[in-house]
Amino acid sequence: MSGLGETKPFRLPGGSGIDHTKRIDFTFDGVNYTGLAGDTLASALLANGVRIVARSFKYHRPRGVLTAGSEEPNALVELRTGARREPNTRATTTELHDGLCASSQNRWPSLKFDILAVNNLLAPVFVAGFYYKTFMWPAAFWERLYEPLIRRAAGLGRGADLADPDSYEKANVFCDVLVIGGGAAGLMAALVAGRAGARVILADEDFLFGGRLLADHKSIGGESAAQWAAQAVAELDQLPNVTLLARTTVFGVYDGGTYAAIERVSDHLASPPVHLPRQRLWRIAAKQSIVAAGGTERPIVFGNNDRPGVMLAGAVRTYINRYRVAPGKRAVVFANNDDGAATIIDLTRADIDVAALVDARRTTPAEIRAIAATCGVRIVNGVVRDAEGRHAVGRAQIVPYDGTPFTEQCDLIAMSAGWNPNIQLTTHLNGRPVWDEARVAFLAGNRPPGMHVAGTAAGDFSLSACLASGARTGAAAAIATGFDVTAPEVPRASEEATQITPFWQVEDARHKAFVDFQNDVARSDIVLAEREGFRAVEHLKRYTTLGMATDQGKTANVSGLAILATLTGKSIPETGITTARPPYTPVALGAFAGHHRGKAFKPTRLPPSYAWAKEQGAEFVEAGLWLRPSYFPRDGEIDWLQSVSREVEAVRNAVGICDVSSLGKIDVQGPDAAELLDRLYTSSMKALKTGRVRYGCMLREDGMVMDDGTVARIGEHHYVVTTTTANAAKVYQHMQLAVQWLWPELDVNVVSATEQWAQYAIAGPRSRALLQRIVDPSHDISDAAFPHMQAGALTVCGGVKARLYRLSFSGEHAYEIGVPARYGDAFVRRLMQAGEDLGVVAYGTEALGVMRIEKGHVSGPELNGTTTMRDLGLDGMMSTKKDYIGRVLADRPGLTDPLRPKLIGFRPSERTKRLRAGAHFLPRGAAATAANDQGYMTSVAYSPSLGHWIGLGLLIDGPSRVGEVVRAHDPVRGDDTLVEVCALPFIDPQGERLRG
Amino acid sequence: MRIACPCCGERSLDEFVFLGDASVMRPTADCADREEAFHAYAYLRRNVAGPCDELWFHAAGCHAWLVATRDTRTHEISAVRLAHEVARERDTTRGASGS
Repeated sequence: MSGLGETKPFRLPGGSGIDHTKRIDFTFDGVNYTGLAGDTLASALLANGVRIVARSFKYHRPRGVLTAGSEEPNALVELRTGARREPNTRATTTELHDGLCASSQNRWPSLKFDILAVNNLLAPVFVAGFYYKTFMWPAAFWERLYEPLIRRAAGLGRGADLADPDSYEKANVFCDVLVIGGGAAGLMAALVAGRAGARVILADEDFLFGGRLLADHKSIGGESAAQWAAQAVAELDQLPNVTLLARTTVFGVYDGGTYAAIERVSDHLASPPVHLPRQRLWRIAAKQSIVAAGGTERPIVFGNNDRPGVMLAGAVRTYINRYRVAPGKRAVVFANNDDGAATIIDLTRADIDVAALVDARRTTPAEIRAIAATCGVRIVNGVVRDAEGRHAVGRAQIVPYDGTPFTEQCDLIAMSAGWNPNIQLTTHLNGRPVWDEARVAFLAGNRPPGMHVAGTAAGDFSLSACLASGARTGAAAAIATGFDVTAPEVPRASEEATQITPFWQVEDARHKAFVDFQNDVARSDIVLAEREGFRAVEHLKRYTTLGMATDQGKTANVSGLAILATLTGKSIPETGITTARPPYTPVALGAFAGHHRGKAFKPTRLPPSYAWAKEQGAEFVEAGLWLRPSYFPRDGEIDWLQSVSREVEAVRNAVGICDVSSLGKIDVQGPDAAELLDRLYTSSMKALKTGRVRYGCMLREDGMVMDDGTVARIGEHHYVVTTTTANAAKVYQHMQLAVQWLWPELDVNVVSATEQWAQYAIAGPRSRALLQRIVDPSHDISDAAFPHMQAGALTVCGGVKARLYRLSFSGEHAYEIGVPARYGDAFVRRLMQAGEDLGVVAYGTEALGVMRIEKGHVSGPELNGTTTMRDLGLDGMMSTKKDYIGRVLADRPGLTDPLRPKLIGFRPSERTKRLRAGAHFLPRGAAATAANDQGYMTSVAYSPSLGHWIGLGLLIDGPSRVGEVVRAHDPVRGDDTLVEVCALPFIDPQGERLRG
Repeated sequence: MRIACPCCGERSLDEFVFLGDASVMRPTADCADREEAFHAYAYLRRNVAGPCDELWFHAAGCHAWLVATRDTRTHEISAVRLAHEVARERDTTRGASGS
């Protein structure tokens, strides 16, 4: 930029937003720079004369800083390095900190010289819808060639490929009034509601409160706007009922007055301090809210309007007033509204030459002409047709409405097509914005209950109007939450002109004119889309990707809509509206995860014997939330199969102990307990005698099996039922529904007792011998007194109360014994010690599974929600004498079809082969097609008792095909085995072991 | 969304489990045309655009089943009652009209 005063520094003296005495060192693309405390990365780069900060998404065009806020579409950078590398961070909101390390994205090898900028020359290829047009043929090239190529050429930053080293936090908070945005309106609203005594939360995405009070040169009550903001913040800080959340973006509105906000707790530091999270996700429940989120200035669509040096006029004022940075040396201001005047005032005060104020209006109001005259700035009624300059703006091509086009040397073009109120949050719950002709803007339409809109967000474009609507909504919100507010005092502010005439685009630009900077959507793309028939705004958006970048088109949507409206000859409201979805600005996934990472993703439930099992070196398996021992390896055992087989043999020949506490235990008491259970289970529970246990199944109302378990009647009006581990919560909820909703007339109570009892299975021929050493001698547990399926209360270990159930999942003579959970650890140790000479072993879920498959008992893989009791061979348990849930629909033709696959056993024809659960059954010689499918293997195990693999499966007409050989086909694991259908159970068909 | 549990006060949605339409009534096995009646009970639901009574379970709270009246268009919850009480009223009315 020779000839434009190169020697003058970009940093201006004075100002309250930055501290000239605190220097901050940082790097950008490996070069060392210095900024000041209070800078953003963008202001610091501008202060160092860095103009190109990024390459664009599609065409790799050089891009600079366009805005001074979170709407920035251009200046996206990668921050930090290694595991903390963070792509697509807006330089305009990145608070500068010592050692900050930033780099540009989407360029190679460098920003100045980017090889893929050739895309810009290929621009005719990359038009709207180019995905659909250019890469159509041949189809096979898409995945192999086109897509990888496009992905490398386009795109934004790179994510870190290491685990995130930082922690993220979640917090819940409640308030009367949530004020979103801490500018003039938000501060005023918070003051009014806070002074009235309401619990107020004031959140602002910036690290300083004040919004445009810090960015514009205005006055309130005789002092500078920035000073007033500082005093307001100081007062709010003193109010105990007010919480100030800086660096906090309210990004989503949810039902019932719930708001989501992200607080960037440590993003402004090189790394988070010990014990502090990087970010905090707030869930705010607010009775009332005030959206005072300000506005976003609109660019004007002219040729090369994306060149570094073209900046929004409001941003130019922000850099001058707040950050004390001159964004250029010689400026052209191009506006369709009165903000052009404010801009030339600030430029002149900052000693920046103003070549011209190009007013897109045919006539300029007298007061603006007067300001221009005072500043010595020439007004041209016309347009900037194109910006020119290879890497950055060097000249502006100006076309007056009356007169000869001319060229103006400049390195800065400040543009403004007016302001869009930031109403995104008002649309998250299906609010529909309405077009305001006079304000040339969309305003909030219908709003969620309790939400107010104030300030620029409500279309109040002057400072005094902002303060007034802030005070008004603050009072309304406080009153709505029960506080008294007398007419609030609104300070007097400087008046400014806010007239605007709609102007969106320069139609005869010679260069590409951009609408959506982040997604590289130009005016020509909209013209093309319209020509090809994509005239509905939703079609336009998807065809051109307008507004679909990470900024959701904050600077682009309304202009795009207006251009489409011009092309179609319709009005803007006829053309469509733009609504936004959460999040308002991008939120890191880590913040949504919070502490729910790795082991903390969900709670872990530990069975009572956990500590003991851990000491024994058990291997554990996740069963629902529970961590259950799967087997207990011993020294010298080479694999899990050897350990599991040893455990099975020990149970079958001596005695074993298994922690079954994770099974759901539900206590059912009351005069109608029997009636309730009769309606829930398929078999009769009324007929069950006190002191007896019965196996039972419950169905869903659609006739499918829901769960199985045991029902023990331990008193006339007292039952204890068990559920599977996986379904404990579901069955409990189902039983509560029955009691509270289906049959409220029943006098019965249901309570979960899963956590209250530590329960162990004691199984094997020596189980009673072991129990007799534990159970207090006054209790008789002989076969006569305590036969199979008996239940009763007794005491163990000298007076510890216990519940004993004689039941068997393993098929052996077995018991389950429950003691209060606090004795669970001591009890398992005592059992193991007492049974040492009996050869007692601990066994886990694997051995449990082997033994139940040997016995043909169903479990999770068979109770999978698609099986009926008939499928499982349990028809005998379906009572015909009573109503129960699922009874009627279980008799539907589809569920009684004899051709449904039924449960049966399998063994490999060649006994040495292993079986695979999931394999599908095919007739011998039939092709492996879905039409020939006859069912599938549900569970398999190696049976040490039989010396070969066995399986359970669902096979069409299975029970009558015993002895037949079928194919077990497993294309997933490449297995194809001949298996023989065999009767269940595999061992002890007469049940002699469990009674013996 | 927030639900005002009659026992626990206003709580966040994530404490609750949703079941569905509370206007469907379980038939009994001895009713006429019982297959049709149970088919309707198990599968057929109105698709209401407007206020709708729904069953919610306060799983992370008091374990009460609730009947919440929610406007399906706005998610506004206009009333929350204990399912137990609604059911007793329902059965009283049903019993009275039946006799």
